[in-house]
Amino acid sequence: MDIEIAVRVDGADHRLTVDARTTVLDLLRERLGVTSPKKGCDHGQCGACTVLLDGRRVNSCLALAVAHDGAQIVTAAGLAATAEPADGDGLHPVQRAFVERDAFQCGYCTPGQVVSAVGMLREAAAGWPSAVSVPGDEGTVVLDEAEVRERMSGNLCRCGAYANIVPAILDAARR
Amino acid sequence: MRSLRYARATDAAEAVRLLVDAPDGAYLGGGTNLVDLMKLGVVEPGLLVDVRRLTSDRVERRGDGGLTIGAAVPNSDLAADPLIRTRYPVLSQALLAGASGQLRNAATTAGNLLQRTRCGYFQDVTTACNKREPGSGCSAIDGQQREMAVLGASTQCVATHPSDMAVALAALDASVHTTGPSGRRTIPVTELHRLPGDEPWRDTVLEHGELITAVELPPLPFATTSRYRKVRDRASYAFALVSAAAALHVEGGVVRDVRLALGGVAHKPWRARRLEEALRGLPASADNFAAAADAELSAAQPLPGNAFKLPLARNVIVRLLSDLAADRPYGDPA
Repeated sequence: MDIEIAVRVDGADHRLTVDARTTVLDLLRERLGVTSPKKGCDHGQCGACTVLLDGRRVNSCLALAVAHDGAQIVTAAGLAATAEPADGDGLHPVQRAFVERDAFQCGYCTPGQVVSAVGMLREAAAGWPSAVSVPGDEGTVVLDEAEVRERMSGNLCRCGAYANIVPAILDAARR
Repeated sequence: MRSLRYARATDAAEAVRLLVDAPDGAYLGGGTNLVDLMKLGVVEPGLLVDVRRLTSDRVERRGDGGLTIGAAVPNSDLAADPLIRTRYPVLSQALLAGASGQLRNAATTAGNLLQRTRCGYFQDVTTACNKREPGSGCSAIDGQQREMAVLGASTQCVATHPSDMAVALAALDASVHTTGPSGRRTIPVTELHRLPGDEPWRDTVLEHGELITAVELPPLPFATTSRYRKVRDRASYAFALVSAAAALHVEGGVVRDVRLALGGVAHKPWRARRLEEALRGLPASADNFAAAADAELSAAQPLPGNAFKLPLARNVIVRLLSDLAADRPYGDPA
């Protein structure tokens, strides 16, 4: 069954017809040519496909495009435009921190890591707790290494670059 | 490839009608489990009725002091809700112990309850599985038994229910509100999921087309002293081998009341009523917690590959209740 939907991807509006089983990830990569979200596992286990969907980080491989008609989607390629203040090099502060900390090896998981980190920092700023937060400490989140590792556990890095990913995210959190 | 139709109903009654007319139809919430199962070929719905924007996505106070959770409340929002965190911390902790940040942002409350088992054989269409293909056999009973059930299983199926949230809801005496072809009803969470018996393909008591519209949390004042404890094969983002949700009311060193449910051990969240009865009125000591755990687990029938779950469950229970007994007790002024 084909259905017409409209989405805004990294600031650009698109209207197109998709089969009902098309995921947001396939919509982005195969239909719109937006290839920064990666298809790692295609089962919601690796996080390489992470995008911001109406401001929240989600696995785009498990979201059906037809269920998100009218959505605003931000991928790693569009992150810099959302940053304030804008970076002279066209990088979001989290992307800059990843470069400075050498927080990747092969780079395949990196767009998902970066988008996930941006979403995670917003969640922490909103006071959302995590499994390692101290119960009863409502409203404030102090990000440390344990918090970042727990909150980023949905993004796997097969190169094992976590040793630099965690400091990069902590750098970005302090900016 | 089969054609897939997609529909968005304007209200719950229309959603129910759409599914009643489509025996191969399914409700779509956040999709985090259903879309995955469609990719794996485990389920092949011909129609998806999108109910994510149909039911409430808010947590609201009830007149009786309890809370009503809309079926579409995302797991993230529920875990972060100030009323949940202060009145029912075990529920917030259970949610945060499950899945990943991305999945919790997409997954809904009703969808979490209705997620399917993560039994590896259920998810692998090349193997026999009575839950996926009735009558084909159970590959797990003589296969990889590590994650399987130790309580309430049958010769047909030894799968476990994967939800952490449902374990907390079972301990808290929550119930689900549904609307379906036979009208509306309210079902305790402890009676929503089934034991496998000889119909392991039926996860719940819901009939086809019955829609969960909300979850009701009754008032439980001593749930301010409640916790969730989960043991798994890695530190985060893994399903439970064993988990436990509990609320404890200790007064003068004696257990006045207790609620406890186990996860990872059965086809449903396992409410430990035998343990609760055994503990009421006894001193809140590790020995008594252990004896009550043994009473609860005495009915277990583990497989050789998951017998470790019994001492694990016992230890999780003792540690959880000991931690709660050491917390500032309910009713004790700060």
